[in-house]
Amino acid sequence: MQRAAKLLWQSASVVAIEARTPTVKSFFFRLAQPVSFIAGQHMDVRLTASDGYEAQRSYSIASAPEKTEYIELAVERLQDGEVSPFFHQTVAVGDQIELRGPIGGHFIWSVEDGGPVLLAGGGSGVVPLVCMLRHRAARASAVPAVLVYSARTAADLIFGEELRVLRARRDGFHFIPTLTRETTPPPGFRVGRIDAELLSDALACLPASPKIAFVCGTNAFVETAADALLGLGIPATTIRTERYGG
Amino acid sequence: MATRGFNGRDRSAAAGRPDRLPPGQFVTIDFPVLSAGPTPHVALEEWSFTVRVGPRAIKSWSWRDFVRLPISSVTRDIHCVTKWSKFDTTWEGVNIQDLLADTALEVPTEFALAHSYDGYSTNVPVKDLLGGRAMIAIAYDGKPIAAEHGGPARLLVPHLYFWKSAKWVKALQFTERDEAGFWELRGYHMYGDPWREQRYSGD
Repeated sequence: MQRAAKLLWQSASVVAIEARTPTVKSFFFRLAQPVSFIAGQHMDVRLTASDGYEAQRSYSIASAPEKTEYIELAVERLQDGEVSPFFHQTVAVGDQIELRGPIGGHFIWSVEDGGPVLLAGGGSGVVPLVCMLRHRAARASAVPAVLVYSARTAADLIFGEELRVLRARRDGFHFIPTLTRETTPPPGFRVGRIDAELLSDALACLPASPKIAFVCGTNAFVETAADALLGLGIPATTIRTERYGG
Repeated sequence: MATRGFNGRDRSAAAGRPDRLPPGQFVTIDFPVLSAGPTPHVALEEWSFTVRVGPRAIKSWSWRDFVRLPISSVTRDIHCVTKWSKFDTTWEGVNIQDLLADTALEVPTEFALAHSYDGYSTNVPVKDLLGGRAMIAIAYDGKPIAAEHGGPARLLVPHLYFWKSAKWVKALQFTERDEAGFWELRGYHMYGDPWREQRYSGD
């Protein structure tokens, strides 16, 4: 049983900010006390107003565990949000932000866990999956993996170019992007929401049934994808889910 | 440490009742869904609920029998470890002490584990289950509980973080020791009091 010491808040410097899509920015933090983590884990962020009011949120780590000089959190700006608009509009390089973590012991994967692995991400739900794929690449792993990634438009694809580069390595990683709001997609993209047909094609990319399937996105995305995987004969015990927002 | 430029949103959602919002939480009017795996869909004809002491099954109820137990109604605030809180949620179900009365069991041990149809489990001290503080809920907001929110029945322990309110519950097991459940084995707190911000082990 995990009897971890208390996870302490620490102040982290924002060392870089990168716009990923019109609604997603990556924030790169240098931690005074670097933490080691497993791909798929998240960090808690705490903001404190001058009157002592606090807001906390959790963000999945995007950077590979092998990157020790910084931690990357990708933050999607939510309408009516409190923390994400602050990150997008106010946070600048050089700011100090309080973080603690890593957190989470279920939606995690290391190359030692083996595969094949099926990854299905909707929107910003792709972030912990990208972390797993970056970890897999950093370790030069050949564990068979396939990512189905659903985004609204090609411009909304976070890490799209990087995922295409990873696919071009032909090391056992397959990438199936699908766009839900484009009728004439660019080459290499599918059109439409995630469904059994798309997931069946993804399973066909793998040499065997997945050892673990990771599904992350909105609740509607996760319910659809997880139900479709069950329908395709993937056992419930192999499907791990993480749901963002309401 | 104050965060440069951060004022926080309008606090009116919690205005007049800051005493109802535990530290680090925010108020939502939605009902977010968080689950570790796919949603199980359990038919009422196949549903049953069992009370165990250690490995020993003491009594099981079919859905028909279960809903004939005394039904109580509560309105409570709920607090999820992922930071959202929802005020004034209304539930109906069978209080744990009424369930125990139907088994004719005295309180057998100090600890309990709730078990779910998807293999999930979570631990709660028995004193936190008694005195009207916890129920096996079968209705939310006057309607059957939707599968994604834990229907047909979920444990409701609203004074603890909501992962303790196990969805798709099928058994309550009394245990001699405080045995960690699913999330408690994965870094989350053994007790989970939102007012003491017991989110993770060590908090």
